[in-house]
Amino acid sequence: MSALVTEATILPNRPGLTGRLSDFLWKHPHVLLAVLLGPPVLWLGIIYLGSLFALLLQSFFSIDDFSGLINYEFTLATYRQLLSDANFDIIVRTVTMAAVVTLFSALIAFPIAYYAARYAKGKWKAVFYLGIMLPLWSSYLVKIYAWKLILAKEGILTWAFAKLHLLWLLDAWLSLPVIGGNSLSVSYTGTFLVFVYVWMPFMILPIQAALERVPGNLIEASSDLGGTPQQTFRHVLFPLALPGIVAGSIFTFSLTLGDYIIPQIIGSSRLFIGQAVYAQQGTAGNIPLAAAFTVVPIVIMGLYLWMAKRLGAFDAL
Amino acid sequence: MRSDRSTSAPLGLKIAAIGGLAFLHIPILLIFLYAFTTEEKSYQFPPPGLTLQWFAVTWNRPDVWAALTLSVKVATIATAIALVLGTLCAAAVSQTRFFGRETISLLVILPIALPGIITGIALRSAFSMADIPFSFWTIVLGHATFCIVVVYNNAVARFRRVSGSLIEASMDLGADGFQTFRHVILPNIGTALLAGGMLAFALSFDEVIVTTFTGGQQSTLPIWMLEELIRPRQRPVTNVVAMVVMLVTFLPILAAYYLTRDGDQIAGAGK
Repeated sequence: MSALVTEATILPNRPGLTGRLSDFLWKHPHVLLAVLLGPPVLWLGIIYLGSLFALLLQSFFSIDDFSGLINYEFTLATYRQLLSDANFDIIVRTVTMAAVVTLFSALIAFPIAYYAARYAKGKWKAVFYLGIMLPLWSSYLVKIYAWKLILAKEGILTWAFAKLHLLWLLDAWLSLPVIGGNSLSVSYTGTFLVFVYVWMPFMILPIQAALERVPGNLIEASSDLGGTPQQTFRHVLFPLALPGIVAGSIFTFSLTLGDYIIPQIIGSSRLFIGQAVYAQQGTAGNIPLAAAFTVVPIVIMGLYLWMAKRLGAFDAL
Repeated sequence: MRSDRSTSAPLGLKIAAIGGLAFLHIPILLIFLYAFTTEEKSYQFPPPGLTLQWFAVTWNRPDVWAALTLSVKVATIATAIALVLGTLCAAAVSQTRFFGRETISLLVILPIALPGIITGIALRSAFSMADIPFSFWTIVLGHATFCIVVVYNNAVARFRRVSGSLIEASMDLGADGFQTFRHVILPNIGTALLAGGMLAFALSFDEVIVTTFTGGQQSTLPIWMLEELIRPRQRPVTNVVAMVVMLVTFLPILAAYYLTRDGDQIAGAGK
């Protein structure tokens, strides 16, 4: 009975080529899916993943020390070279920098995100949104250039310290081991400041998104039940904002791990992973070692993403 | 009453938030100031004097124009490719359920989640293995790959709000799939696509890391800028170019903001 009704209500096939094609796709959703997904998946699969696998494969080759040519035989020698003291130092240095940059980015980003999510209304909401978006999207190189102007010996920072009669403080900071240097623009402090400046905006938006989903009455309930602002923050707000912080840290961590331009322009001569990759594939011509170096951020980010997924950070993106 | 506190922010929070925004904006303001400085040899602050002469000098530099033209061309074509691929992918992920949907999202995000140097060096070694000479098109190929995600994100967010019943209604009223796309889906997602396209353009226009690996002799504006950063030749010209680049990237961002801010009021979205 019901089959009969269905039969009668089905319209005749549509005329024309587009009509028939449309009918065909409607009746065969799998074909429609293939048509939709095919081009982007092929593009990303072949061009991107293909290149990525080709690169990873090369890390299992080695380079002939005498001829400088690549020896296409499976070996782990390149990885042994990667873990030699000098190269391992580079990895530790980069991961430490990425962790510190992520921590400070979160500290600076949180108040901005919290204010924007909870207190900014109407016009201020727009001001905050654009105030975050414009620095986030404005040119990466111009931002680095701005810091070159700021950190230069004759630049605004030295001028400000001089006006405040605090030059001794700057000199004392620069005379510290490791983080100091001849001037801010050739020290780790300089590299760190630029990293935080350039990647911090990526931290604000996910935190803001997470905080916006916290209902206001939850905070009120906490204080009605006698929680001090500190306790409310510690036990209510922070746990709910954590997925947002983790989502933001994916960006700050990953972007710092792979950057080679910032430490090249502002920083000491000691290398970061990105610079090592660049030097190995360029001047040294050692593609296998460069490939092995790129495996480090991939593995670290893989672990990081896996943990982030378990913390539910992807819902906060 | 404790709950009254929520109406205005504590002073400490206000200071931290405003301070954070100031930290983000002061360096950008400095770029605008330095474009007018008369100082040629150093980055002296405060500038000894202000002048407009460097705008004229920059205007007459053929190398700046060549780099700018190349950047605009690359960004335009990469954006066009990303628009098509990103929209297709977003349509598939948001309108249908299939095995491996999560994986597709991950695949799209990967080129931007992994550090740029990895994308760059992977493409470079693949191109040299396949004997593809570095050219304008290799730059476009690289840019399009990481621009897809921006379009995809915007389109997916909008597709989520386009009510499925609108599409079914259109089909029930006799429109075929293409007519439905043209007259129902496209008007609904149009502004999101435009916004995604603008952001993709800004992303490509500014890209430097992947470009250093996939470009041959050509220099885009960011590559030109990078050379000036490493070996400054004429600082005042760099100052002016920096300011112009800043302005050029601001415009698409502002446009994208105005296109998507009213995004919640779409017909039928209340369903």
